Amino acid sequence: MFVSYKWLQEYVDLTGITVKELADRITKSGIEVESVEILNKGAKGVVVGHVLEREQHPNADKLSKCLVDIGEGEPVQIICGAPNVAKGQKVAVAKVGAVLPGNFKIKRAKLRGEESNGMICSLQELGVESKLVPKEYADGIFVFPSDAPVGADALELLNLDDEVLELGLTPNRADCLSMIGVAYEVAAILGRDVKLPTIELHENDENVHDYISVRVEATEDNPLYAGRIVKNVKIGPSPLWMQTRLMAAGIRPHNNVVDITNYILLEYGQPLHAFDYDRLGSKEILVRRAKAGETIITLDDTERTLTEDHLVITNGTEPVALAGVMGGANSEVQNDTTTVFIESAYFTSATIRKASKDHGLRSEASTRFEKGIDPARTKEALDRAAALMVEYAGGEVVGGVVEVNTLKQEKVTVTITLDRINRVLGTNITKEEVATILTNLQFAFTEDNEIFTITVPSRRRDISIEEDIIEEVARLYGYDRLPATLPIAESKPGKLTSYQAKRRKVRRYLEDVGLFQAITYSLTSEAKATMFALETAKPIRLALPMSEERSVLRQSLLPHLLEVVSYNRARQVENVAVYETGAVYLTKDAHELPEEKERLAGAITGLWHANLWQGEKKAVDFYVVKGILDGLFHLLGLEQRIEYKQAKREHMHPGRTADILLDGNVIGFVGQLHPRVQKDYDVKETYVFELALTDLLNAEVEDIRYSLIPRFPSITRDIALVVDEQVIAGDIQQAIIEAGGELLKEVTIFDVYKGDRLPDGKKSIAFSLRYFDPERTLTDEEVTAVHEQVIKAVEKQFGATLRG
Amino acid sequence: MKERLQQLQQEALEKIIAASDLKALNDVRVAYLGKKGPITEVLRGMGKLSPEERPIMGALVNEVREAIQSALEEKQAKLEQEEVEKKLASEAIDVTLPGRPVKLGNHHPLTRVIEEIEDLFIGMGYTIAEGPEVEKDYYNFEALNLPKGHPARDMQDSFYITEEILLRTHTSPVQARTMEKHQGRGPVKIICPGKVYRRDNDDATHSHQFTQIEGLVVDENIRMSDLKGTLREFARKMFGEDRDIRFRPSFFPFTEPSVEVDVSCFNCGGHGCNVCKGTGWIEILGAGMVHPNVLEMAGFDSKKYTGFAFGMGPERIAMLKYGIDDIRHFYQNDIRFLQQFHRV
Ligand SMILES: [Zn+2]
Repeated sequence: MFVSYKWLQEYVDLTGITVKELADRITKSGIEVESVEILNKGAKGVVVGHVLEREQHPNADKLSKCLVDIGEGEPVQIICGAPNVAKGQKVAVAKVGAVLPGNFKIKRAKLRGEESNGMICSLQELGVESKLVPKEYADGIFVFPSDAPVGADALELLNLDDEVLELGLTPNRADCLSMIGVAYEVAAILGRDVKLPTIELHENDENVHDYISVRVEATEDNPLYAGRIVKNVKIGPSPLWMQTRLMAAGIRPHNNVVDITNYILLEYGQPLHAFDYDRLGSKEILVRRAKAGETIITLDDTERTLTEDHLVITNGTEPVALAGVMGGANSEVQNDTTTVFIESAYFTSATIRKASKDHGLRSEASTRFEKGIDPARTKEALDRAAALMVEYAGGEVVGGVVEVNTLKQEKVTVTITLDRINRVLGTNITKEEVATILTNLQFAFTEDNEIFTITVPSRRRDISIEEDIIEEVARLYGYDRLPATLPIAESKPGKLTSYQAKRRKVRRYLEDVGLFQAITYSLTSEAKATMFALETAKPIRLALPMSEERSVLRQSLLPHLLEVVSYNRARQVENVAVYETGAVYLTKDAHELPEEKERLAGAITGLWHANLWQGEKKAVDFYVVKGILDGLFHLLGLEQRIEYKQAKREHMHPGRTADILLDGNVIGFVGQLHPRVQKDYDVKETYVFELALTDLLNAEVEDIRYSLIPRFPSITRDIALVVDEQVIAGDIQQAIIEAGGELLKEVTIFDVYKGDRLPDGKKSIAFSLRYFDPERTLTDEEVTAVHEQVIKAVEKQFGATLRG
Repeated sequence: MKERLQQLQQEALEKIIAASDLKALNDVRVAYLGKKGPITEVLRGMGKLSPEERPIMGALVNEVREAIQSALEEKQAKLEQEEVEKKLASEAIDVTLPGRPVKLGNHHPLTRVIEEIEDLFIGMGYTIAEGPEVEKDYYNFEALNLPKGHPARDMQDSFYITEEILLRTHTSPVQARTMEKHQGRGPVKIICPGKVYRRDNDDATHSHQFTQIEGLVVDENIRMSDLKGTLREFARKMFGEDRDIRFRPSFFPFTEPSVEVDVSCFNCGGHGCNVCKGTGWIEILGAGMVHPNVLEMAGFDSKKYTGFAFGMGPERIAMLKYGIDDIRHFYQNDIRFLQQFHRV
């Protein structure tokens, strides 16, 4: 809402309050003043000039040579390029020495050999936005009414010396979508009175019902519909002061009748519509829901197809307006209009919002209906409009009002104690202070034994409960006067849940071993949604995505982590190690909330370790990543319960991928990206993992119990086993552990060999076995006996031979 | 004989001093104290002496022997020391060469901010509540006093999946869910961090996905002044002990009264600078007293219980705190961006 400082003074005395102060106080009390703008944007030295002569410029087709009286000394010669300049006009002249917006200084000049002493200005040149300039002056200079005094300050006449406050209104403060509403707010802040417009309406002897009748079918959507007939109007421009106020508020002037409806809309917040009575095509108004497929051509010359959700004003048969949003072209007020039907109605917000949204039409009217207007002003606004049409369009008001009123307006009263106010706010406000605030707000109230009973005026539709009153008191009392305290309650210590604490440790661990935490988007494309997913489900698609790239909820974190690798590589960052924790979304039933499971994923590429001057350079490989994960499982106390199993997974290298099992259930995987996917993402050899973090963190682990530190020496025996290449180390290790029994405490692989010194198809794996008994020193014979069993077992199970 | 011994001692001590390495020293030892050495020889000649002279000479021989022995040991220690020093000198390295790098990653800047805020409120007795990102319209809007058709729903255009299910537009539904779980009994004291989603085109200041942290306290006798005190405490711990806060009236459907909360500029201390756009204040939070409808819908008696709630955006805080100019940085994960947040 744009509020003219000068206009506002018609309703509230602003003596002694500068624009800046006013803006600050309004902001402090609850409505943010987003900007304060002076309309002339720094222009000065512009006066009203009288064009005494106009002739064709001798050397230029498109220029005029004018002789202009500017009210000082001899008339001056000015060259003008506007097509509409003519003898006898009163125009805005920027004198030599004047400054126009943009710090444009006017100097004496010669244009194609002819002297020019100033400039005749268009409104745009004076700082008015093009879209606000009346159509007839859109492509040329502005012409004042003939009674404009020569030499007078043109900027003042055009109200361009005014300043405009832009209010950022929250949805609850629709009452301030009108000058009168703002006036009440300002009056409450300043503790001053509101002066409402006086309406002097003279009706003729005729009866409006002889002209028109109104029926409302959709009373739910339209609880109040009122109208008047004004006849014998003469369409022409509205007075300059009205036009300039409209422009200051951001509305383009059209003609007197339309301008008056817009003026009332700004003044009262009540949207009005003026129909050309003779073009209505009947003597009847019927308000109803549109029929599906029904059409209307609106004022913007657009044909709109309607549905049963839309409310229309009809002439009994066909629509003449899309209610509350825009009038129809068929009944538009035109230059030859003589009789006007003014509509002032209350349409409910939901209906108007739907229509405005469906048709992409946001008008000053629809905005107000959507936010909710004050129906108590509907008829007053109608009367004021009719009176102004008499005054400024020469009309005659037909006696009476046509009206359908099914409005059930109940008085809103709120009862609240002083104690409640102070208890909620934590203040010691006195009952006198509360009374002053309510008085300034012009809320009627009674106070009895510190109990306030308040009758809320209908303009403040946002107030209906105690808390609303508390807020009014608080904001006008001033939040800076609110003390700062802490809740009085027994203080219980806060704490992370075990899950949250573990998750933090997991993150910290991964970072400490060299991975950066990434956060990527949850929305992805349908193709990427299920890629790499540990579990897949039917993709969850947004009803109205903004793009295909962000249309579906992800089921794996990896596609976006790979985008991170790719993004970095494109910027010459070749060594990337990132991880992410975040939800994936798995749905069973589209009408239920999906299951959100937390995942942990990582992507690592490039060099893992390098210290070049020492000749050290290690690229990431499978075992680097596996080592990181082993550390993670160790951290979580799950190392004994984890298993890696060779696996084939889509998008993964078939020979370099392992499923990870916890207690025998797959909870993730690790491996190298398939070269094909690598190419798709434009990345180099990349290793990835994804784990079901929820399962990992929720796995029950035993509490830490101290166990004896071995006091007796252990005995270590090494064996190198030659086996077929296909035999996997994990299986042999498992067999060794089983055969070794109680005494075998640790099995370590310390060498793997394939090559010339072995027959084709064979490999050798060397294990180091450590035996000990915490209770005593083992004898060589005991260990040898167990060790023999181990060797026998692997020979038998894997056809292994001892490497000599 | 006595003279001979003194002469031998004299000679030996000179040779010991002259010995320049351990081998030379050993040669001296063998030469003077060895079985074939001159002192042994003197001993052998003692048989010729009278029984009175013998013990006197014996003592003298021992004296000489010990003197040589001790000189030898002293010299040996010195030579060994020199040898060690020489060896160590030859082992010297260039300490200015780079060390073996330890690979280190770090938190994402948003996590850094979120954890800092979490810890701060945990210190004030809050717990952390989490909830689903895909939410029911009921928890995201209706339970928060935003019935269907409410004009304030326009304020946050949302990603709907079905008519009843959407991506949450704020973390407030977690508050609604938590209150519901409490079945009308206080106190509730929680912080809700998490991802939220809105229909915005991604640009320097907008992101369709971002994070939020909200706080909620519901109990008997919670006052708006408690909100002010709590947030002032938060602002001081987060942005510096001499920070102040101010409330500006505002509107949120789920709180009443509602306020915007500004923190005095941590960059200029309130004098005005480009961070605070010359105002001395930075808008950081939205807050207010929990709307009675919200309390009632979650099963709390709004006559008995009151509460306050507040919310803030970690992106905004991180941008202000670290001077980040574009919100998209948070989601592009450029390593050169991420690694700037490595310090404790
Ligand atoms: Zn500052």
